[in-house]
Amino acid sequence: KDDVIAAASAARARRSGRVGLATASRSTSDPHPAEMATHELHPNDTLTTLKMESENLKAKLEEERAKLHDVELHQVAEKIEALGQFVMKTRRTLKGHGNKVLCMDWCKDKRRIVSSSQDGKVIVWDAFTTNKEHAVTMPCTWVMACAYAPSGCAVACGGLDNKCSVYPLSLDKNENLAAKKKSVAMHTNYLSACSFTNSDMQILTSSGDGTCALWDVESGQLLQSFHGHGADVLCLDLAPSETGNTFVSGGCDKKANVWDMRSGQCIQSFETHESDINSVRYYPSGDAFASGSDDATCRLYDLRADREVAIYSKESIIFGASSVDFSLSGRLLFGGYNDYTINVWDVLKGNRVSILFGHENRVSTLRVSPDGTAFCSGSWDHTLRIWA
Amino acid sequence: MSGSSNLVAMKKIVQQLRFEAKINRVKVSQAAADLQQFCLQNAQQDPLLTGVSSSTNPFRPQKVCSFL
Repeated sequence: KDDVIAAASAARARRSGRVGLATASRSTSDPHPAEMATHELHPNDTLTTLKMESENLKAKLEEERAKLHDVELHQVAEKIEALGQFVMKTRRTLKGHGNKVLCMDWCKDKRRIVSSSQDGKVIVWDAFTTNKEHAVTMPCTWVMACAYAPSGCAVACGGLDNKCSVYPLSLDKNENLAAKKKSVAMHTNYLSACSFTNSDMQILTSSGDGTCALWDVESGQLLQSFHGHGADVLCLDLAPSETGNTFVSGGCDKKANVWDMRSGQCIQSFETHESDINSVRYYPSGDAFASGSDDATCRLYDLRADREVAIYSKESIIFGASSVDFSLSGRLLFGGYNDYTINVWDVLKGNRVSILFGHENRVSTLRVSPDGTAFCSGSWDHTLRIWA
Repeated sequence: MSGSSNLVAMKKIVQQLRFEAKINRVKVSQAAADLQQFCLQNAQQDPLLTGVSSSTNPFRPQKVCSFL
């Protein structure tokens, strides 16, 4: 027995020795940035010194950003041809919701659409024929978020129930979709937005609880959470798959944050809007994103320049922008507004090229179709419109 | 109690700012030129921009077909 104890303590000594060596080598080589930061923060740091450092760092950040601000986007774009007149009309009107349409998403097949409403209903439409293919009644009202799965075989939705649920779509029209419902995400406040990642297996959510989260659909397990917004997160958008594992979120704290999906780290943050950010959407190349806000402006932020590079606004536009999306080339930015209109902006030159009337209440959601041939808008007037 | 949680929150903010300070940035002129180039390169493949004709846009009204 003594031999065993001796052997055990010898093993412990060897293990701790090895650990000691490992720590020593870690501190002499290049440490992980997060570790380095904590390494430099002394226990004596007071709130005051940290506040001072925070102010200094913020000032330095602005200084660095300003140094590279050598020109405006619209100045660079002066030499290119102006866009001509646009003829865009409502080509289809989807009627069937009993109350405000809050969210919609396109299926990858470029013809199906899922939409959700304040009346608790989630409807799947064939946009070509305007036929309703599926309808689900949620257990809550205000279904603020819905998304189509990449396979086209399921939809996700949620809202005041604080959850995101996935419904597999059945070919059998008589089948009760609600029976196969799978609860995936659980937040502690309303679900504001959801999106599948590039497969049916994972869902990204944003919530009134101030966080975003990545979930495994099959198990409902939380894979990663994203903390950093100081208030409700209202929107999110995934980077185009070629650009890697990041997404952008916008919130009531007026900030737009870019996140690393694997580490949960906020990698860039932008705070130039003067009110809630209702919508964020990546530019097709993935190098920039646009935002729409209650401050009645849309803005473009370039990720490599790390700053806002354009503001899309007019004195006559005084109502908030609720939803934005780009045309396929990124040249046009469509914005749905609370004054019932859709404004179309020349992204490069910064001017408005068209204003579309038709909805009889706020435009709450807007998405360009996957092949860019049309875009769909949803409104508090209970309808969705397809424009082309 | 609240004092130490403020300290923890403040430390997180400072750590985040230090992280953000380190990223590499490009000049706006460069970034803008790249955004513009992307637009121009893809302009022809953008149906909403070029105004695709009725025959290729499934949503625009088609001419009536007749059976031969």
